[in-house]
Amino acid sequence: MLLKHTTDQVRERKALTVNPAKTCQPVGAMYAALGVHGCLPHSHGSQGCCSYHRSALTRHYKEPVMAATSSFTEGASVFGGQANLLTAVDNIFGIYEPEIIAVHSTCLSETIGDDLGQIVAKARDDGRIPEGRHVIQASTPSYVGSHVTGYANMLEAFAKYFAEKSGDKIKQINLLSGWVEPSDMRELKRITELMKVKSVLLPDTSDVLDTPMVGKYEMYPKGGTTIPEMVSMGDSMKTVGLGTWGTEKAAKVLDNKCKVSYDITDLPIGLKATDRFIQALATAGKVSIPESIADERGRLVDAITDMHQYLYGKRVAVYGDPDNILPLVEFLLDMDMKPVYTVSGTPGKAFTKKMEALVGERCPEAKYKNGPQADMFLMHQWIKEEPVDLIIGNTYGKYIARDENIPFVRMGFPIIDRIGHSYFPTVGYLGGLRIVEKILSGIMDKIDATAPEESFELVM
Amino acid sequence: MSNKKGGYPQPPFLQKIKRMNTFIKDRQNQILTKGNSDTKIACGKASVAGSVSQRACVFCGSRVVLYPIADALHLIHGPVGCAAYTWDIRGSLSSGPQLHRLSFTTDLKEKEVVFGGEERLYNALVSLIDQYKPKGAFVYGTCIVGVIGDDVEAVCRRVTREKGIDVIPVMAAGFAGSKKDGYKVACDALVKLMGTDTTYKAPEHSINILGDFNLAGELWMLSEYYKKMGVNMVACMTGDGRIDDVRKAHTAQLNVVQCSGSMIGLAKEMKEKYAIPFMKVSYFGIEDMSDALYEVAKFFKSDEMMEKARKLVKEELSQLLPALQKYRQDLEGKKAAIYVGGAFKAISLVKALRLIGMKAVVVGSQTGNQDDYDLLKDLCDEGTIIVDDSNPNELSEFVKQTGADLFIGGVKERPIAYKLGLGFCDHNHERKEALAGYDGMLNFAKEVHASVCSPVWQFMK
Repeated sequence: MLLKHTTDQVRERKALTVNPAKTCQPVGAMYAALGVHGCLPHSHGSQGCCSYHRSALTRHYKEPVMAATSSFTEGASVFGGQANLLTAVDNIFGIYEPEIIAVHSTCLSETIGDDLGQIVAKARDDGRIPEGRHVIQASTPSYVGSHVTGYANMLEAFAKYFAEKSGDKIKQINLLSGWVEPSDMRELKRITELMKVKSVLLPDTSDVLDTPMVGKYEMYPKGGTTIPEMVSMGDSMKTVGLGTWGTEKAAKVLDNKCKVSYDITDLPIGLKATDRFIQALATAGKVSIPESIADERGRLVDAITDMHQYLYGKRVAVYGDPDNILPLVEFLLDMDMKPVYTVSGTPGKAFTKKMEALVGERCPEAKYKNGPQADMFLMHQWIKEEPVDLIIGNTYGKYIARDENIPFVRMGFPIIDRIGHSYFPTVGYLGGLRIVEKILSGIMDKIDATAPEESFELVM
Repeated sequence: MSNKKGGYPQPPFLQKIKRMNTFIKDRQNQILTKGNSDTKIACGKASVAGSVSQRACVFCGSRVVLYPIADALHLIHGPVGCAAYTWDIRGSLSSGPQLHRLSFTTDLKEKEVVFGGEERLYNALVSLIDQYKPKGAFVYGTCIVGVIGDDVEAVCRRVTREKGIDVIPVMAAGFAGSKKDGYKVACDALVKLMGTDTTYKAPEHSINILGDFNLAGELWMLSEYYKKMGVNMVACMTGDGRIDDVRKAHTAQLNVVQCSGSMIGLAKEMKEKYAIPFMKVSYFGIEDMSDALYEVAKFFKSDEMMEKARKLVKEELSQLLPALQKYRQDLEGKKAAIYVGGAFKAISLVKALRLIGMKAVVVGSQTGNQDDYDLLKDLCDEGTIIVDDSNPNELSEFVKQTGADLFIGGVKERPIAYKLGLGFCDHNHERKEALAGYDGMLNFAKEVHASVCSPVWQFMK
């Protein structure tokens, strides 16, 4: 009864968030920056921020996560953090030798009014940035948006700084990924290769946060989008952004700066969202869809067909980031399940609109909320009012799952008590299969564990 | 080969570090090698800007110390991150209330950053206190709270007046120092509660335990030992902690302090204010654990107590020593690198490793003090590297050069150790196995053995 403190009546809360379904911008900026090759994220603020973000990412990926900090002191918080950041730039290029330093701000540096752009410009003017090395910056105040906002801001910063328009179009597309796992990024690349669409994926954390064990520690693993790749994005034929919250800003920058037009589609989570993604790839890359992709789709539909009786009408509670849970909710509906409760701590009016369009007719009893006070506490209260058959979300759902005895599928960030997310994707048709498998295992394990003797079945 | 520079000798394997450190010259005197140097290590310094420091901040320090007080409301006043990252991350167990495991935050937004967050804080506090009826409340002020000018102390005073429970401000701006400074802030908060129970009379032979956080139930084990000796515990700060226990902590006759980094200041203050003497102990390893019991018996000048302590130790050892033997056989001669929060814990670890035949070749801490580092230097073998506030590059260079087989550290060090092909033991606040006490020593041996002798290392090519 860990959460015995959850009251079962929902009361209006104005000032308070309990058990947040989000975290702050800088961790998203740090994750995005890790998806660029040879890049060291830098946290411009107190050293605790950097330590927390590194710990959070380390727990989730079980990989070393490197990032530097401006180590603010009382002095810096009074006189500004310029001196700290300039010293940091010297030290980082001197010791850790990254190709790029990706600086993000924090609530502290934003509040005291540090202008990252101006400080980085000064570092450049002072000659502190060695030839061929780069410092980019993104403003990521913790009191605006969520970790997803920070991710989007850092992607935008990369696109803005590196993409160049040479005038000669390259037969390739830009693929901007919302916040997904290294396994998912690997899968996105596999799909584009199957489709024979040449693409630049930004960011790309595969081979950075899922590195093989070879007895050696590499501060900059082989993965990550490279500088030449990012530069070439300005000459691509098209940008495909996967997820509005995570990628639209960067897509817009590429359009404004280099006149590369863009399409934003959902992250390919589930059947229909993957259909749209494949279509977007085919359109942007001017290719036809190969049979192998159609076969993958067929296998997913086949699995759902085989098991649809177990999925029918199941009530599901979902929480996480908008780009990830919107297509997931759609997928649940397509499997005849009922996403009755959906919560995201990340603000944005589009969420309500999109949810309304999804559940309005197909699951009219659904409750959903995002932004302030859309937290795990609220979700738990809803569940107490009327229970669900399944919970899908990050590790923090385990308290509710345990207290209310509900099957639980882990998806999202962070997952700090199981492995698998780094290795097995949830995007694409294969990823869809994994979601179906996990959902069924959760539901059917509970049937097996609780079925009365006379209805306990071998064949299911 | 040693290259004298600035009076600090540098062993050959430090050459590469030195190269890396061309810019961080200041770090040279934060690293020393036993046998090569009579100089003192420099510690207690702020981290250099731009380093990949393993250190945390003031807020983190205050939060980990106060967190285990289970019947208190812990409200974090600031943007969402600070609360999100400290939601139930510490394995501090409670035998009763679990209120501390929830994450409450005022989740400040741009509006409050501009217009102030006092009203929001007040509303949050009032609604939480009405709902949960906690015994007391701690309000953590994070980085920007002071900068935007919120008078947290005034809000706390007002709510204290209106709600009749102690609402204690914990002013923990992250930039105001390191984690160690956060310990001090937390201790100041405890001092505010202490002595407010004026009716309680402590029984004879009463102690407070300071600096145990009941990770994996370690406190329960320790208090059982003391109970067997006839020693009573008034309050533990802060493992399985309760507000009312802290209120009467001033009535104990002795403070037994472990994790000296976090609590020694409080012990000193209690000595001054309430004339309660204190002793520094450690519960890790056989020697230190047994001393922690004997010293208490000595303090109370009770032969009976000492007799009971001896009996207890004898009984425990008669089981433990043979059980350790089989681990020792496999581990004899293996080498360990230690990088933990405080240097005092590192001292116990060096000794505990010796019990299982292992040698500490690298010993470091995030926030050790001079006394602890001096002790460490005396204790360690020749050639051992001693380091303050290290970073991943240094650490991985150290373990490579010394050929360590095991790394003892916390969450951020684990994957680096694994990547280097080293065994790992989590001796930080996320550990799930009790490592204190006699049972803890056996758990420690098992955990080290399981990791160092794992067959997985042979597959690494």
